[in-house]
Amino acid sequence: MDKYQCTICGYVYDPVKGDPDHGAAAGISFEALPDEWVCPVCGAPKSEFESL
Amino acid sequence: MKAVEIKKGIYWVGAIDYNLRSFHGYTTPRGTTYNAYLVIDEKTTLIDTVKAPFKDELLKRVSSVVNPKEIDYLIANHVEMDHSGSASAVVEQAGDIEVICTAKGEDFLHAHYPGSTEWNIRTVGSEDTLNIGKRNLSFIPAPMLHWPDTMFTYSASDRVLFSNDGFGQHIATPRRFCDEAGDWNVFGEAQKYYANILMPYSRMAAKKLDELKGVPVDVVCPSHGVIFREKGDINRIVSLYKSWAAGESKEKAVIVYDTMYNSTEKMARAIDDGLRSMGVDTRIFNLRVSDLSDIMSEVLDAAAVIVGSSTLNNGPMPSIGGFLTYLKGLRPRGKIGFAFGSYGWGGGAVKAINQELEATGFELPVEGFQTRFVPGRDALSQSFKRGVQLANQIKRR
Repeated sequence: MDKYQCTICGYVYDPVKGDPDHGAAAGISFEALPDEWVCPVCGAPKSEFESL
Repeated sequence: MKAVEIKKGIYWVGAIDYNLRSFHGYTTPRGTTYNAYLVIDEKTTLIDTVKAPFKDELLKRVSSVVNPKEIDYLIANHVEMDHSGSASAVVEQAGDIEVICTAKGEDFLHAHYPGSTEWNIRTVGSEDTLNIGKRNLSFIPAPMLHWPDTMFTYSASDRVLFSNDGFGQHIATPRRFCDEAGDWNVFGEAQKYYANILMPYSRMAAKKLDELKGVPVDVVCPSHGVIFREKGDINRIVSLYKSWAAGESKEKAVIVYDTMYNSTEKMARAIDDGLRSMGVDTRIFNLRVSDLSDIMSEVLDAAAVIVGSSTLNNGPMPSIGGFLTYLKGLRPRGKIGFAFGSYGWGGGAVKAINQELEATGFELPVEGFQTRFVPGRDALSQSFKRGVQLANQIKRR
């Protein structure tokens, strides 16, 4: 599973850790995140992320 | 209108906005300044500009040191218009000038100033330096502090950090330095600034403060308000920032309410009495007469936010909606929430407030409390008890 980085603020989504504060449990791949998930730091949509 | 020398060869050349009372809704009773800095070396460098209506003030202050035509570099730490608003004027005057900013900064400049596509722009990151003679200026990208384009500029040989909005305060004073501004509540204004501008990005702020730990700094030059040059002042502002970024709270509760016939207000006062009986510090704000940005300044280091509303049309009062929306966007962390209010028949305000507080990430350890119409002795003593329960929760943390 790839890590993805927010091109707006630099936040890195690590699927191993997930984003449990916002409903993404550890182990969920970036692709599997729901469409309404947004960057927990700056609020950018998934489309602003690039794989690392 | 003269420049003020900060260190040998480094000048403040900004503008003082004594009249500003609202910064897109953030109240600024003390006005503000737009700080720009001029560095004189073999090359002449201007760091940031000022809001557009103040461009003549900037150019006059620059002219008291050098002819603005001689500016070789304009460093745009942050594109927001209060800092880049006079960039076009500076570029026009200077002719042969290079604009330095982050890649995001370039993108944002073009989205603000169509003419900027003609400018000579150099994008920089943390690896880059700009040699201007004796000095090498370096850059510290600080995305989301508070825009994606934000960066700090650092002069290692002067030990001066140009931190843009970081460590800023909205204060208009003829004094340029914190140590000269005794009566201006510098640290209180810095708290209000952090709460309203930087709170949502506390994680990034904590990381950046960590990154800056080993960087020797004698002077901190923010883009609003006064400059920090005394060691004690620098230590104080940095330690406050660390505490705010970590989300540390005091034994303090903020009570915010709106009320139709003072019933909810009476409950607010009884809850306040309960909290205070346990030694918890409190702040009370009637939303009808209070300003959101002042409230958030108190929310920043409070352990609990207690929200009361009469029920109007089966929901909270409209002012509560505005407050909760603003609060949610600021993303406070690790705080306790509580909802209360008076209702007539169906109720609804307490439930709606609870939902919103929960969605904002508040813990709700004490069940919300509502009372029908005018609170009598029993409802007030229940309210007092809720205050005591909340105080126990606050003290347990």
